[in-house]
Amino acid sequence: MPVTVHIPTPLRPYVGGRDTVATSAGTVGEILERLAAEHAQLRAHLYRDDGRLRTFVNVYLNARDIRDLERQATRAADGDEVSIVPSIAGGAVAVATALPELTHAEILRYSRHLILPEVGPGGQRRIKAARVLLVGAGGLGSPAALYLAAAGVGTIGLVDFDAVDATNLQRQILHGTGVVGRPKLESAEARLQDLNPHVRVETFPVRLTSENALEILRDFDVVVDGTDNFPTRYLVNDACVLLGKPNVYGSIFRFEGQASVFHAAAGPCYRCLYPEPPPPGLVPSCAEGGVLGVLPGIIGSIQALETLKLILAAGDTLVGRLILFDALKFRFRELALRKDPDCPLCGPNPSVRELIDYEAFCGIGAAPAYDGAEITATDLARDLRENQDLEILDVRETREWEICRIPGARLIPLGQLPERLSELDGHKEIVTHCHKGIRSMRALEILRAAGFSRVRSLKGGIDAWATEVDPSVPRY
Amino acid sequence: MNMRIAPGVLAEIRRHLAAAYPTEGCGLLLGTRGPNGDVVVHRQLPIPNRRAADAGGRTRYLIGPEDFLTAEREARQASLVVVGTYHSHPDVPARPSAYDTEYAWPRCCYLIGSVAGGAVREERVWELRDDRSGFVERELEVKES
Repeated sequence: MPVTVHIPTPLRPYVGGRDTVATSAGTVGEILERLAAEHAQLRAHLYRDDGRLRTFVNVYLNARDIRDLERQATRAADGDEVSIVPSIAGGAVAVATALPELTHAEILRYSRHLILPEVGPGGQRRIKAARVLLVGAGGLGSPAALYLAAAGVGTIGLVDFDAVDATNLQRQILHGTGVVGRPKLESAEARLQDLNPHVRVETFPVRLTSENALEILRDFDVVVDGTDNFPTRYLVNDACVLLGKPNVYGSIFRFEGQASVFHAAAGPCYRCLYPEPPPPGLVPSCAEGGVLGVLPGIIGSIQALETLKLILAAGDTLVGRLILFDALKFRFRELALRKDPDCPLCGPNPSVRELIDYEAFCGIGAAPAYDGAEITATDLARDLRENQDLEILDVRETREWEICRIPGARLIPLGQLPERLSELDGHKEIVTHCHKGIRSMRALEILRAAGFSRVRSLKGGIDAWATEVDPSVPRY
Repeated sequence: MNMRIAPGVLAEIRRHLAAAYPTEGCGLLLGTRGPNGDVVVHRQLPIPNRRAADAGGRTRYLIGPEDFLTAEREARQASLVVVGTYHSHPDVPARPSAYDTEYAWPRCCYLIGSVAGGAVREERVWELRDDRSGFVERELEVKES
């Protein structure tokens, strides 16, 4: 009596419509191979291209799965029955990980999303599955984090090492008056958890550096750049390119903002736009130049919007487009960005293959140009009492001068200094000062280059003067 | 080639797939296959999705070999054969996915129901080409046999 092979319905057409085929004894592997040899069309359905049996072809000897026996080496003797049994599999989308389900409370909370065709339950579950990292919990990070948490982004990571300062509250709406002096991440986490307890907040109370950036960014799907300085901005860009992650970029200054999505896999990166950082001091920070408090609200919201579109794969993102917003004129302009074929980072022949020293790249942290160039506020107060020939040169803007000033100081804004050097007495010792001590160093360089030999710069600016010497001077 | 199905049978399938949402629901179709390839579905057999319990159940379904053997036995007793399978695509269109193609069986109708908001929005029927190069769509005829 030969071996009987049971053929499942789907395969019967390939063996002449029969439900069984008789064959001689042998291993299961030999029997299947014989079957495929005799019925050529059967082969493709039983075997994969590499010759291995398809995963969803199950073979039974009598009532036992050959996986529990000796697999294809299992011997079938005369009188045995070999059954080919399909298991049938399939499914909606080839996603690496399954999407989390929405609870009833979440369905209610996100109902305005769920009824949007572009979001729907599937999209909302993608949002829930998403992991977004915000670098900076400040002006841009505040609105971005609030909207992303409200939208139900499952995991929000926050990197910031700062404490809340009273001057932050004019625009950094994550933080409130009661938490001044506390770490920003502490108040941010509390605010986001209150806004949406379904969101998981992961905090990184560190300065993002070349040493830790890849480690921190690696576990996130999208990175939102809310940094306020060039070294960190290049660091975020480079880490995102090296890890293949989209970088949702925003920056603000005074009344103007920029936004884009840098995703080297699909378009240019930040280095394609700005291959080199500006010289230190050329572009003032918001602390030096000011910023209208609403502006980061607009740009940070654009960053939240682009992040959600990336998660949903919906609409046209800002990949390859730079948005310039002028709040005073109320004008949005759009520039097309091209991938730079010579980009040292994302071009075909990259020279930057790992994270570098970004402080050095941006010309910051180099040794001071002049030894002993700075004077502390306390020393300046003492020198003023003892030295009548000392001149204090305030290089801030007129409006800052209107807020507060050091008694006896003379105002020449930094931008006017090169043309007004003749107003200064070269025989006197000069101490330059500004708000925090950065512009005054630039002024010192200008003066020394022009031949003034006795110049120093007030360390920490009028801010240090207000805290160390004269509390009647308001800080700003 | 078409696939004919009675309105009552289709209604049962819709109820099953809607109830399974947001996981994928699945089952087998018992009926007859004519010499010209036309298929008539006589009844549906809901099968527990063997992947419903794990995280993949929301985008995957699996009908195990034991279930298939049971279904074939049941079909044989009614002088029918397993003519196809049905499953749902929660929140995505009723088109075969790459995964469907990879694991598909030939001469087997794949009825896919797209489910959104807890109801079946659309059904379409597909069958794997003999050379496994892809699916061809079958016409779905809703009519009493």
